Amino acid sequence: MLMSEVIKELELTVLADTGDMNMPVTGGYVSDLLSHVMGQAQAGQVWITMQGHQNIIAVASLVGLSAVVVAGGIEPEQQTIAKAKEQEVILCKTSLSVYEAAGRLYRLSL
Amino acid sequence: MQMAWRLVRRWQVRVLKNEGTGLLLEFPLEHYRFETAGEASSKVKQVVRQLGVDAQTARRISVCAYEAELNAIIHAFGGRMKVRVFPDRTELEVTDEGPGIPDVEAAMREGFSTAPDNIRELGFGAGMGLPNMKRSADEFEIKSAPGAGTWIRMLVRY
Repeated sequence: MLMSEVIKELELTVLADTGDMNMPVTGGYVSDLLSHVMGQAQAGQVWITMQGHQNIIAVASLVGLSAVVVAGGIEPEQQTIAKAKEQEVILCKTSLSVYEAAGRLYRLSL
Repeated sequence: MQMAWRLVRRWQVRVLKNEGTGLLLEFPLEHYRFETAGEASSKVKQVVRQLGVDAQTARRISVCAYEAELNAIIHAFGGRMKVRVFPDRTELEVTDEGPGIPDVEAAMREGFSTAPDNIRELGFGAGMGLPNMKRSADEFEIKSAPGAGTWIRMLVRY
């Protein structure tokens, strides 16, 4: 499934869209601890988190994630959005809880 | 190799010298400079990818660079990362002027962290940095003592 389809299915609000919308999404990863994402997330996954600061973008870019979804109604900082655009990482937000967002993503059977 | 050179020139990364067929890059690391945290690692990843290192191996190099970079930013008063990229391996050497680690063995255990609360709230300081580095590198060496800073050397083969 493409990232653009995941965005539609989860009704995500896109904040930075300079990344590759046609990248196949391989799954999801949920954590608010950056080192866990660095060590365990796989390239192509969507990362759902409640961290909204700019360092999430560096992690997403290094891991090669297909997108970062900031859940729980958290508003990512302006620098985070700017950095996402610059580093071509797709950044979305949702008012869904992390649980709900992850559940919907899982249901897509990626 | 030409593409990689073009990249490091554009970034104005300090290239110490061209050692044989390898590149030697140096990045300064500043205490609490979170706004640029990860940039050195990102550049290292791009250089090794340009030089034809496969994605999986580049990921291991990225993990080593990122965790070392963040440790220096969080715990040390400043430091530097030297990265030597060879055709068959990448070596990373990180030196800082931080407070040093009193018990290196304890620090190597997953979950052990001395990061302050404000840092943990950002999702850092999970006590995974050093274990992540060790797991990702083919060779890992650390030397540290209270008041003497920390020195880490990692080698990733491909």
